[in-house]
Amino acid sequence: MRARGSDVALGSLALGAVLLGAALMHAGLARRSALPEREAAARLVHRLGLSDLALFTEARYTRHPSQADLHSAFQDHPMSLDHFPSGSLVAPRVDTRPAGFGAARGSGAGR
Amino acid sequence: MRRWIERQRYLIDFTVASLLRRRVRNLLLFAVYAVVIFALASVMLFSHAIRREAAALLAGAPEVMVQRLVMGRHDLVPASYLETLRGFRGVQGAEGRLWGYLYDPTCGANYTLMVPSGPDRELELASGEAIIGRGVSRARGVAAGESLLLRSPAGEFLKLHVNDVFAYGSEIVSADLVLVTEADFRRFFGLPEGVYTDLALTVANPREINTIIEKAVRTMLDARFITRRDVLSTYEAIFSWREGLLLALLGASIMAFAIFAFDKASGLSADERREIGILKAVGWETGDVLAMKLWEGALISLGAFIVGFLAAYAHVFLFAAGLLEPVLKGWAVIFPRFALVPHVDGLQVATLALFTVVPYSAATMVPIWRAAITDPDTVMR
Repeated sequence: MRARGSDVALGSLALGAVLLGAALMHAGLARRSALPEREAAARLVHRLGLSDLALFTEARYTRHPSQADLHSAFQDHPMSLDHFPSGSLVAPRVDTRPAGFGAARGSGAGR
Repeated sequence: MRRWIERQRYLIDFTVASLLRRRVRNLLLFAVYAVVIFALASVMLFSHAIRREAAALLAGAPEVMVQRLVMGRHDLVPASYLETLRGFRGVQGAEGRLWGYLYDPTCGANYTLMVPSGPDRELELASGEAIIGRGVSRARGVAAGESLLLRSPAGEFLKLHVNDVFAYGSEIVSADLVLVTEADFRRFFGLPEGVYTDLALTVANPREINTIIEKAVRTMLDARFITRRDVLSTYEAIFSWREGLLLALLGASIMAFAIFAFDKASGLSADERREIGILKAVGWETGDVLAMKLWEGALISLGAFIVGFLAAYAHVFLFAAGLLEPVLKGWAVIFPRFALVPHVDGLQVATLALFTVVPYSAATMVPIWRAAITDPDTVMR
């Protein structure tokens, strides 16, 4: 006997839902097993006083976005455009303590 | 209730048969839909996981970092600033940090040279020794126990014995690091004694940080203060849904999806119109036609959502977001290899589902409702 279309369709959706549940369970298990490695990396950050992730190593303002000043993307000339590809992914911060450019937003202290 | 369920099952039977009659068109539609959801979910999962990773790892960043700015640019900080900062009430400790960048022309990579700060047995180095990140190790083909030769911008060479390579688990923060001693660092960059790249402060009570900074900026006019909170909010902002990476990738996907949904919503094919007309002519009510088409939209969109989301999950967490790598890498030679710890935000998944499944189903309903309320004879002509 041929299976009804509704059985196939609803069965597939149910299977998908089960797989979604399995993905969420995998996430929980993976988080637990990654804990020792994560703790070791966090210890290294603390020991060395690191301030940024080593995700974009092509330019200094993308290697250390939290430390960059607002000029660094235009380092060659005030009119030159930011030419590193990751510069388009790492947007400059406008709400840090600006140190000379504009006024600090929110209740942040300092300049 | 039982009757209602049976009725819905018959409607789904009919919907599946109708979908199979136009299987090439529907398969194509399903594939495009799943790919759009895959792209959106990949970026969403990646950015959420990396945000959580940054927050967990950078919670150990220095409480306050102090830079000196000259003409708006980061400059070396004299050691005298340390004494000034130690004089502020609430500052527990202040130390000078030495770090800088080095472009290596042999492989075109940028390294971050750094002097380990504070007394640390594990990272204790003698002159001529180094600990390097895995990215540097890969770029130069150097392993622990071998030698690494660096050329300074002044043309001087520094031969380092690689004591160790940082573990794989810390690659996301250490891929491009080269740890050297203070004496080697100063000699290599021609840096005089008594200056530092920046300063790190330890504050006894984190609630006093803003007060300390407020006081410090009055006397240290050329200093810029970056707190741990600033660091964390930087990463929150970089990978938030409205900035940077997400905006770049989501923008294109959302536009593509909007065009796709609009095209679908703007009209029915002649075949579909005829089908609706025949159904009405043989006695189907408008409600039945709408229910059947609602099932059609729901089956396609829910199915595509599940397939797209599962593929995105596997892509990001099982295959290390390989398709995003060229985007993230840019021109960089050193790119950290890391397995992201899976973090799935239920609210994000619900939002993604809401913004993809609901608009699609709704968009398909409008033209069908218009056709279903028209006289069958007019529709079939």
